[in-house]
Amino acid sequence: MAQFFPRTANSIARFSLLGLVGAIACIAGGSYLIVESPYETRQGVPREQPIPFSHEHHAGDLGIDCRYCHTTVEDSSFANIPATKICMNCHSQMWAVAPVLEPLRESLRTGRSIAWTRVHDLPDFVYFNHSIHVHNGIGCSTCHGRVDKMPITWQAEPLRMQWCLDCHRNPARYVRPRDQVFNMAYQPPRNQDVVGAELVKEYHIQSLTSCSTCHR
Amino acid sequence: MIRLLPILAAAMFLASCRQDMHDQPRYKPLAASTFFADGRSARPIPAHTVAEDQLNGDDTVHTGWKNGEFDDTIPVPVTLSLLQRGQDRFDIFCSPCHGRLGDGHGMVAERGFHFPADLADDRSRRLPPGYIFQVITNGYGGMGDYGDQIPDVNDRWAVVAYLRALQLSRHATMDDVPTAQRAQLGAAQ
Ligand code: HEC
Ligand code: HEC
Ligand code: HEC
Ligand code: HEC
Ligand code: HEC
Ligand code: HEC
Repeated sequence: MAQFFPRTANSIARFSLLGLVGAIACIAGGSYLIVESPYETRQGVPREQPIPFSHEHHAGDLGIDCRYCHTTVEDSSFANIPATKICMNCHSQMWAVAPVLEPLRESLRTGRSIAWTRVHDLPDFVYFNHSIHVHNGIGCSTCHGRVDKMPITWQAEPLRMQWCLDCHRNPARYVRPRDQVFNMAYQPPRNQDVVGAELVKEYHIQSLTSCSTCHR
Repeated sequence: MIRLLPILAAAMFLASCRQDMHDQPRYKPLAASTFFADGRSARPIPAHTVAEDQLNGDDTVHTGWKNGEFDDTIPVPVTLSLLQRGQDRFDIFCSPCHGRLGDGHGMVAERGFHFPADLADDRSRRLPPGYIFQVITNGYGGMGDYGDQIPDVNDRWAVVAYLRALQLSRHATMDDVPTAQRAQLGAAQ
C-alpha cells in the first residue's frame, strides 16, 4: 500500500501539538485576564446609585470627615452606610426641593431605606474587619483610593486575596501614624521603610497570613 | 463517549461559575431582605429594650439634667484625654456647620445652611453644660440631633468639655498665658 501520509505530516503533527499547548495556554491566560479584569473585580467601575451621591463634593469640597457618615468604621467590622436622617441633617434645609434628592425625601416620608448599590462586595467566605485596620494605622485611601475625588463611588483596588496578602505579608510598607488614617491626601514619607518598621513595632502589628485569619 | 468529553469539560468549566459560596444565604449588615415587610434585614430594637450601658438611663450623665434643671457642671472627670477626644468628635460632627472655631462659619453654613450663632458669644458661654449635652442628644431648632451619630454619652460630654475649652481660648488674654511662655508668643508675632 502506498504511503497514506506524506512526509510533511510529521512536522504538521508536531506543529499541531505545539498549537494544542498554545491553545490551552491561551484559554488559561484568557480566563485569568477575564477573572482579573475590571469586568470581574469591578475595579474602577463607577456604580449607578439611586441618588448620584458625590464624595468629591461632600468629603472633598466640604471637607466632611468620613466618620460623620460612616459612623461605625472605628469600632466595628462594618463601616456603616448613613441613614436618611444623617443626610437630612443638612438637606432638610439645603437643596430641600431639588429633584435629585426626591428619593431621599421619599425615604423620609415612607420610612423605607434608600437602596444603595454595594460598591465593594467580598465573597461571603471572607471575613473582613474595618476597626482593626483603622486602629493599626491603615488609611482609608490605601484601600479605597482617593474617595474624596470620586463624583460617583467606585472600587479602587482589586480586592483579590493576593492584594490582601501583599499587605499582610509586609504591613510596614503601608502603615501610617494613626492620626493620619482619615487624611485622604496622605503621602508616605520617602523613608517609609524606616518609619513603617517603627510604627509596626509601636503598634505591635503582626504579619497575619494564616488562612483562618480571613476564612473563618 | 469520546465526543461527549468536550461537552462534559465545558459543563464542569461552566459549573465553576456558580457563586453559591460567594453569596451565601445569610445577611450582611444592612442587606436588603424580601422576608420582612419593611425590606430590611436589620430589625428595629423592640420597644422598652434596655441596652447594657443604658441601665442608668435617667441619671445626669445620660440626660444632662440634675434635680430638675440642667447640670451646670460636667458630671464626668475632665482630663486631657477627654478634651482631646472631644476635639476629635467636635471636628467630625460639629465643625461642618459651626466651624472648627465654633464661630458659625463652617463649610456647610458658608454654602447656604442657616448660619448658627457663634458658640463662643456671651449667650452661648452662659449655657450650662447639661443644656449643651441635651442639644447634642436631641437637637435644637434648625439643628438635627446627634445622639445616633455620637452614641456614647462620654463622647458627648467630651464634646461639651471641648466646647468649654474652645470658648475659653476664644476669649483668652495675655494674662492667661503663663509668664514663661509670653516671650515666645511675642516672638511668634
Ligand atoms: C455625607 C456623607 C458621607 C461622607 C462624609 C462620606 N461618605 Fe462614603 N458613602 C456615603 C454614602 C451615602 C455611600 C453609599 C453610596 C455610594 O456608594 O456612593 C457611601 C459609600 C462609600 C463607599 C463604598 C461603600 C460600598 O458600597 O462598598 C466607600 C468606600 C466610602 N463611602 C468611603 C468614604 C470615605 C473614605 C470617606 C471620607 C473621605 C467617606 N466615604 C465620606 C456617604 C458619605
Ligand atoms: C454636613 C452637611 C451635608 C450632609 C450630611 C449631606 N449633604 Fe449633600 N450636600 C451638602 C451641601 C453643602 C451640598 C452642596 C450645596 C451647594 O454647593 O450648592 C450638597 C449637595 C448634595 C447633592 C447635589 C449634587 C452635588 O453633589 O452637587 C446631592 C445629590 C447630595 N448632596 C446628596 C446627599 C446625600 C444622599 C446625603 C446623605 C448620605 C447627603 N447629601 C448628606 C451638605 C450635606
Ligand atoms: C484594609 C483595607 C481597608 C481599609 C483601610 C478601609 N477599608 Fe473600607 N472596605 C474594605 C473592604 C475589603 C470592604 C468590603 C467589605 C465587604 O464586602 O464585606 C470595604 C467596605 C467599606 C464600606 C462599605 C460598607 C462595609 O463595611 O462593607 C465603606 C462605607 C467603607 N469601606 C469605608 C471605609 C472608610 C471610611 C475607611 C477609613 C476609615 C475604610 N473603609 C478603610 C477595605 C478597607
Ligand atoms: C494595606 C494593608 C492591609 C491590607 C490591604 C489588608 N489588610 Fe488586613 N490587616 C492589616 C493589618 C496591619 C492588620 C493588623 C494585624 C495585627 O493585628 O497585628 C490586619 C488584620 C486583619 C485581620 C485580623 C482581624 C482580627 O480580628 O483578627 C483580618 C481578618 C484582615 N486583616 C482581613 C483582611 C482582608 C480580607 C483583606 C483584603 C480584602 C485585608 N485584610 C487587606 C493590613 C492590611
Ligand atoms: C488576608 C486575608 C486572606 C488570607 C490570609 C487568606 N485568604 Fe483566601 N481569600 C481572601 C479573599 C479576600 C478572597 C476572595 C477574593 C478572591 O477570590 O481572590 C479569598 C479567596 C480564596 C479562595 C477562593 C478563590 C476563588 O477564586 O473563589 C480560596 C480557595 C482561598 N481563598 C484559600 C485560601 C487559603 C488556602 C489560605 C491560606 C493559605 C487563604 N485563602 C488565606 C483573603 C484571604
Ligand atoms: C448641620 C449643621 C449643624 C451641625 C453639624 C451641628 N449644628 Fe449646632 N446648630 C446648628 C444650627 C443651624 C443652630 C441654630 C439653630 C436655630 O437657631 O434654630 C445650632 C445651634 C447650636 C447650639 C446653640 C443652642 C442655643 O440654645 O443657642 C449649640 C450649643 C450647638 N448647636 C451645638 C452643636 C454641637 C455640640 C454639635 C456637634 C455635635 C453641633 N451643634 C452640630 C447647626 C448644626
